[in-house]
Amino acid sequence: MRDTRAPTPAQFGWLLAAVTATLAPHAIELPYWLAILCASLIAIRSALLWRRGKPPHQLVIVLVAVAAGIGVRFEFSHFFGKDPGVALLAVLLCLKLLESRTTRDLRAAVLLAYFLQLGLFFYNQTPGIAALALAGALLTTTTLLSLEDAAARPVAQLRTSAVLLSQGLPFMLVLFVLFPRVQGPLWGLPSDAYSGMTGLSDTMTPGSISQLGLSDAIAFRAEFDGTPPPPSQRYWRGPVLTRYDGRSWRPGFSTIAREPRYEPSGRAYEYRLTLEPHNQPWLLALDFPAADIPKTRYAGDFRLLAEQPVRMRTRFDLRSYPATAVGKVEDAIVLAEAQRLPANVNPRSRALAREIATEGAGPSEILALTLERLRGLDLTYTLSPPLLGTHSVDEFLFDTRQGFCEHFASAFVFLMRAAGVPARVVTGYQGGEINPVDGSLVVRQSDAHAWAEVWLVGRGWVRVDPTALAAPSRIESGLSAALPDWDVLPLLRRPGMDWLRDLRHRWDAVSNTWNQWVLGYNPDRQRDLLERMGFPQPDWRTLAMLLGVSAAGLMLLLLAWAFAQRRQHDPLDAAWTSFSRKLARHGAARHPWEGPLDYGKRLAMTFPEHAEPLRTISEDYARLRYRIGPADPHSVRLLARHIRRLKLK
Amino acid sequence: MPARPDASRHHIIASRRHLVTLRRHLDRWLFRVGPPEPSPIVLGQRRIFVLPTPAGLAFAAALLVMLIASINYNLSLGYALVFLLGGVSVASIVHAFRNLLHLSFSPGRAEPVFAGESACFHIVVANHRPARRPALRLTAHGAAVPFEIGAGDGADVTVPVVTATRGWMTLGRVRIETTYPLGLIRAWSVLVPDQRCLVYPAPEPTPPPLPEGASRNLGQRAGAAGDDDFAGLRTHQPADSPRHVAWKTLARGGPMLTKQFSGMDGGEIDLDWNDLPANLGTEARLSRMTAWIMAAERRGLAFSLTLPDTRIATGRGPQHSTSCLQRLALFGTDVAADA
Repeated sequence: MRDTRAPTPAQFGWLLAAVTATLAPHAIELPYWLAILCASLIAIRSALLWRRGKPPHQLVIVLVAVAAGIGVRFEFSHFFGKDPGVALLAVLLCLKLLESRTTRDLRAAVLLAYFLQLGLFFYNQTPGIAALALAGALLTTTTLLSLEDAAARPVAQLRTSAVLLSQGLPFMLVLFVLFPRVQGPLWGLPSDAYSGMTGLSDTMTPGSISQLGLSDAIAFRAEFDGTPPPPSQRYWRGPVLTRYDGRSWRPGFSTIAREPRYEPSGRAYEYRLTLEPHNQPWLLALDFPAADIPKTRYAGDFRLLAEQPVRMRTRFDLRSYPATAVGKVEDAIVLAEAQRLPANVNPRSRALAREIATEGAGPSEILALTLERLRGLDLTYTLSPPLLGTHSVDEFLFDTRQGFCEHFASAFVFLMRAAGVPARVVTGYQGGEINPVDGSLVVRQSDAHAWAEVWLVGRGWVRVDPTALAAPSRIESGLSAALPDWDVLPLLRRPGMDWLRDLRHRWDAVSNTWNQWVLGYNPDRQRDLLERMGFPQPDWRTLAMLLGVSAAGLMLLLLAWAFAQRRQHDPLDAAWTSFSRKLARHGAARHPWEGPLDYGKRLAMTFPEHAEPLRTISEDYARLRYRIGPADPHSVRLLARHIRRLKLK
Repeated sequence: MPARPDASRHHIIASRRHLVTLRRHLDRWLFRVGPPEPSPIVLGQRRIFVLPTPAGLAFAAALLVMLIASINYNLSLGYALVFLLGGVSVASIVHAFRNLLHLSFSPGRAEPVFAGESACFHIVVANHRPARRPALRLTAHGAAVPFEIGAGDGADVTVPVVTATRGWMTLGRVRIETTYPLGLIRAWSVLVPDQRCLVYPAPEPTPPPLPEGASRNLGQRAGAAGDDDFAGLRTHQPADSPRHVAWKTLARGGPMLTKQFSGMDGGEIDLDWNDLPANLGTEARLSRMTAWIMAAERRGLAFSLTLPDTRIATGRGPQHSTSCLQRLALFGTDVAADA
C-alpha cells in the first residue's frame, strides 16, 4: 500500500511546522508541565529529523503516553471535558509526531492538528486567535499536499494550499450564513465547560469587588439609541444582597415573575446590551427595565433575569426607565429580612446607629443623619484596603477608615438596619466608558460596584450610594478619578495613558463588530439576517432551500467551467473549423483528406466570384498552422475576423 | 465434515466468478470500458470519475466530530474552521478532476519478451496544458507506476507486466488515477489502449545441446570441443550479428571487425519439430526450440525451423531469429497465420 511509505524529511518538516504553529497558542492554557513535555517532544523529533535518527522504541512512547495520561488525570481530576481533552490531544499529537514512520501516521497527525486548531477556540475566539488557527490550518494543509506532491518546491506547495484555502472560502461563507444554527449544548456539558468566566458572584465579602476592580476585561457593552443617560444614572443592577452573617452578604428572598412589580415611568432609554458570558442568569440591565422584554423574567428585587444562565455572548434589546419609583408596596418577608442583623458583631457601629435613631425622627431623617455622620468620619476610598477582622464594619468605620465600595455599602446598610430602617446591598456595575470610535458604552469588570437601597414608607426602595460620600468622582468620572494617586490601577485606567486608551478604543470597536457578526452569529441573528434578505419567518426549511439553491449554483458554475474546458480549443483551429462549416453550408464541405491549400484552390474554382478571399484565407491558415513555433495571436485574430466577415452569395 | 470446506470453496469460486462478471458489466456500462480504443486517448470530463479515498473518509469523519464540538460548545469560529476545511475538500475534488482532464495517451513500444519475464509497455502521456500535472499514477495488471508531467510536456511511462504464457499479450484495462492535491479525493479513469506485446515461449533452462551438423542425431554433440573459442577477426559484413562486432577494437579507433569463433561458419543446423522426442508436450517442444534458437543465434549458426504447419528456410542473424521466435510464440494460435 502506498500509505506505508516512509515520509521524506520535507514532509516531516511541514508537519513539524504545522504542529508547532498549532500548539504554540495552546501553551498558555495547557498545564505548564504539559506544555514543556510537548515542546520537548517536538524538539526531540526535530533533532531526530536533523540527524536522520530513528524514532524511539514503541514501548517508550507508550510509557510516556501513560505517564502523561496519569498526569492529566491528576491535574484535572477527571478525563471528560474540554480542558483534559485538549491536554490529552496535545500530548497525543506530539507522541504521534515522534513515533511517525509512515505517511499514514502523518495523515493521522494532520487530523489531530486540525482538531487542536478547533480546540484553540474553546478558550478564545478573538481575531488574533482566528489568524493563528488559520496559519496552523494552512501549514497542516500544506503537509497533506506535500504527501501527494513531494516534487514541488516548498513555496509552490505553500501557494497551492493557500489557493485551496481561498477556494474553500466562498463555501465557508455560504455555510456559515446558511447552515442551520442550533443553540448548543446538544447534551449535558462537563462541569468545566464554563470555567474561566469572570463577573459578579452572588456573594459579597470584603474584597470580592475590589478584586474585579483590577480586571480590564469587558463585562458588557451597551449601544444606546440617542444619548446615553448621565453617569449618575448608570447603575446596572446585579445581585441584590439582603442576608448578612457578619462577614458576607447573600441574596435574600425574592419572587420571580413574568411581569415587573412596578409601573415604568419617566424618561426611557433604549439600548442594546451585549453581555459577555458570566454563567449567571442576571442580565445587568440599567435600572429599571421595561415590562415587555421577551425571553426574560423579572425578579422581586428588580433584577432582569434570562431564562438560562448567560453562557455565551448574548444580545438583548432593552428599555429602561431610571426615574421609576419601585417597591412602594413591599413584602413583609423582604422587609423583615432587610432589617435582620447578626447579634454580637460590630458593637461600636450599633452604638452609633442607636445614637442616630434617637436623634432622628423617622427613617428619612435617620438616613440623612447617617450620611452626615459617615461624611464626618473622613473615610478614604481605595482599591487596596487593609484586611479586616471579625467586627469588619467597626474596624472600617473607626480604625482603618480605608475601604472600597463594598465596605462603604456594607457599613451603610449595617448602620441603617441597626437604626431600624430596612436596607440592603445592591451589586452591579456603575458607569462605563463611551468608546469614541463607535459610540458604544463599554462597561468593564473594573466598573463593578456595590451600593445600597433603603426602604422608606411612601417612597419604596431608594438608591443610596455611600461611596459617593468619600469619592463623589467615582460616580461621575469612574474609578481612576476617584482613587488616590498611590493606588494600583489597571494599566489602561491610569491617567496619562491616553494614546494607549485610544488604541484600545479602536481595538474594542473592531472586536465588537467581530463579536456581533462572527462570534455572535446565532439562531436569532441568522433569523434576523434572513428576514432582512426578504424571507419572512425563516425556519430550517428556508435554510435548507437556500443551501440547496447555493449547492445548485455551485454545480452550475462547475458545469459552466467544464463546458468552457471543452471549448478551450486552439483559436486557429477554431477559426478554420468555422470556415469549413461556413462553406459546408454552401455545399463545399472540406474532405477529410484535403489540405488547406488544395481546399482553397477547389473553393476558388467553385466560387469564382470569391476566389480571392477564399484563397487568401486558406493560404493564411496554412502559413500560420505550418510555421515553426506558435502562431502570432494577432494574425490569428485577423484571420478569424476575415472568416467571420466572409459573405458568400 | 470433510465435504464442507470443499463445498464452501466452490461457493467462493462461484461467487468470485459472479463478481468478475459483474465487474465486466459494470466496466462496460459505467466506465464505458470496451474494446481497445484508437489512439490518442484524450480524457474528457465524461470519463473521469471522482470518489473519496479512505483518508478522505477519515477526514470527513473528523470534520463531523469537529462540527458537533462546535455546535455543542457554541464555537462560531469552530463552525467557520469546519466549513473552511469542508470547502477545501470540495475544491480538492475539482483540482483532482482537473489534474486528469485532457491528458492524452498514446501507446508506445512494447519489445517482445520471453514468458516469465516482465513485458514493458511504454505509454506516452502528453500534457497540453501549460501547468504541471503532479502525482499521477498508472496502474495495469496490478502494477502501479507513479509519474508526473511538466507544463506542456510529455512522459514516457513504462508499465512492467509479468507475463506467463506465450502469444500476444494485450495491455488491457489501464487505470490512470491521482489523489492530488490532498489525498482526500481520488480521480480516475479507465482506458484500454490498443497495445500488445509479443511473448515468446520461455526458453528451456537447461536444454540439450544443439542438433549440430548434418547429423540429425539428437543428444549427440557432433562438433569439436571449444565451440565458443575465439578464433580471430575478419572484416565486418552488414549481415553480421552486432554481438560479434569487436567493439573494443572499434573503440580504440580501429576498423569495424567481426569476431570469429571456431565452428561458427561451419554449422548449419535443422531445428525440426518432428525430431524431438515423441513424449515431449507442445509447450516443452516450443521451449526447447526457443532455447536452441537463442543458442544458435549466440553462436552465429545458420539454422532452419520446421514446425508441423510451417517451415522457415535456413538463415542467420537477428532478423531470422526474431521471425522464428515469433512463429514459436504464436504457434497454434489463431493469429499465427497473419503474423
